Amino acid sequence: MSPRKAARPALVRPVPKAPTGIQGLDEITGGGLPRGRPTLICGGAGCGKTILSMEFLKNGAREFDEPGVFLSFEETVEDLTLNFASLGFDPRPLSARKKLLLDHVRVEPNEIQETGAYDLDGLFIRLAHAIDSIGAKRVVLDTIEALFSGFSQTRLLRAELRRLFNWLRTKGVTAIVTGERGEGRMTRHGLEEYITDCVIMLDHRVVEQNATRRLRVVKYRGSTHGANESPFFIDESGISVLPIASLGLQHRVSARRISSGVPDLDDMLGRKGYFRGSSILVSGPAGTGKTSLAGYFAEAAGRRGESALYFAFEESAAQIVRNLRSIGLDLNPWLSKGLLQVHAARPTTSGLEGHLSAMRRLIEEKRPRAVVVDPISNLISVGTSVEVKAMLARLIDFMKLRQTTALFTSLTTGDGHPEVTDVGLSSFMDTWLVLQNSEMNGERIRALNVVKSRGMPHSNQTREFVLTSHGLKLLDVVRHQGRVLVGSEREAYVGDGAVATRRAGKRAPRR
Amino acid sequence: MSAESARRSRKPGKTRATAEFFDLRLYIAGQTARSVAALANLKRICDEHLEGRYRIEVIDLVERPQLARGDQILALPTLVRKLPPPIRKLVGDLSDTERVLVGLDLRPRPADKS
Repeated sequence: MSPRKAARPALVRPVPKAPTGIQGLDEITGGGLPRGRPTLICGGAGCGKTILSMEFLKNGAREFDEPGVFLSFEETVEDLTLNFASLGFDPRPLSARKKLLLDHVRVEPNEIQETGAYDLDGLFIRLAHAIDSIGAKRVVLDTIEALFSGFSQTRLLRAELRRLFNWLRTKGVTAIVTGERGEGRMTRHGLEEYITDCVIMLDHRVVEQNATRRLRVVKYRGSTHGANESPFFIDESGISVLPIASLGLQHRVSARRISSGVPDLDDMLGRKGYFRGSSILVSGPAGTGKTSLAGYFAEAAGRRGESALYFAFEESAAQIVRNLRSIGLDLNPWLSKGLLQVHAARPTTSGLEGHLSAMRRLIEEKRPRAVVVDPISNLISVGTSVEVKAMLARLIDFMKLRQTTALFTSLTTGDGHPEVTDVGLSSFMDTWLVLQNSEMNGERIRALNVVKSRGMPHSNQTREFVLTSHGLKLLDVVRHQGRVLVGSEREAYVGDGAVATRRAGKRAPRR
Repeated sequence: MSAESARRSRKPGKTRATAEFFDLRLYIAGQTARSVAALANLKRICDEHLEGRYRIEVIDLVERPQLARGDQILALPTLVRKLPPPIRKLVGDLSDTERVLVGLDLRPRPADKS
């Protein structure tokens, strides 16, 4: 590089942005769509282009005081109104207050006879009139490619579209132009050649019987953006996009510690328990006591007077409460006080995005200090592993931002190595407890290991534990002749009085 | 609507009955060369083919932009045949006389519509 070039001052200024107000999308785009410029949103039929566009206008009018014009080339105003009403949004009040203008541009292929030179000034005039009549700052053209069915002179049309997009730029409106996906290109008529500021692609596909919607920012001139595909979700409260990976790991970290609910376990975790705002994974095969540890965690939150949310994907709330009572853990006081809430759902009742979205919304609404997801491995039935991982990463980020401590259980298959979790979740987790259930000398021995616990000294011992009617008890390590005694061998040894352990006498019979 | 009956009564290969009155509306945007040409072309064709039974209303959308909506005007100039039914739309400066005559149903449509 020449020295002259190097000395030139940086001309790069951040692109001003117009927030969409759509959860997640503003995160991916670093603040919204390029202000005063057109953005192309493309995708196949039914991928959500129209809904996303309308959300952009709705939020603009409601939250950012930016009135908007919606010019539809496909649906009548009545149809549009009905469609939005079905999503819980009635555009009519906003229209009445001149914050929103819906208009239908009808293009009828058989009605138009071309008799000589023309241009699309009629469309320009109409759009300009609409923009000026409400002082619009935002415009949606949905789907402008319908023009190609009405006029045969494609070269002229292309020139006119180019002129239209340039004109929108001079008007200074933030515009969304939608386009149908074409064969081997982003849009049928190559609109991406004219709109180069920002291109967003939507996709709606069915993976293993579950419909999932994806969004991807293909390009964003002059701005960094998340390049991954992100799931998005449409329900009665609008659109939410779930960025798979946040652009940064910016959450605050806490040095405060909270109890796991099991004093012995707290001891193993540097004598103080989990970090507040950390994420904890409890993995193990069936029947090792994962839900019990989750129950202790929820119970401890109640004791601290903190609210907790328990997402149950395997058992009903009543069943969890009953089962935990059998080990002496009573969640009822916290349930009746409203500190603890259990949300039980079958993983297959909605798509993966649906679950994450619902969880996120509940967490936002209830603002719990502690969250349990039991088990996270059950969500695999509604999505592939990559998706579960992405979803989880997102949820964890989201909770960390709120300093919410989260405990996830994960069911591992008995035959594999106990430390292999199906979804490779462990890298997202700050603390990882592995429960084992091994058969030795004709009996099952439960054991607990702290595989990792970031930022604290923790025990490396494998500890035998028992679930009794008085609760979960970690047993002290008993050594005899150079080996660790477990199970009835240990009972016999301790029972003989050869070793006096601290809690040996209190131990109840093993279940 | 009489649109349907009018269409049915028309015999293939024949032009419209000569007694019908033509109510025409020409949309333009300002006094551009194209607008002027379109109006001149229209007047010439009407005088030749519709003498005494036509009316032309010129609407300048620069002055009255709100009118673009009603007749769904996108391209300019656009000629709208309001009467006789059905409504017909012709876009362009009307320089292609043959196409104008076909568009106004004053000439039979070619078998294959291009």
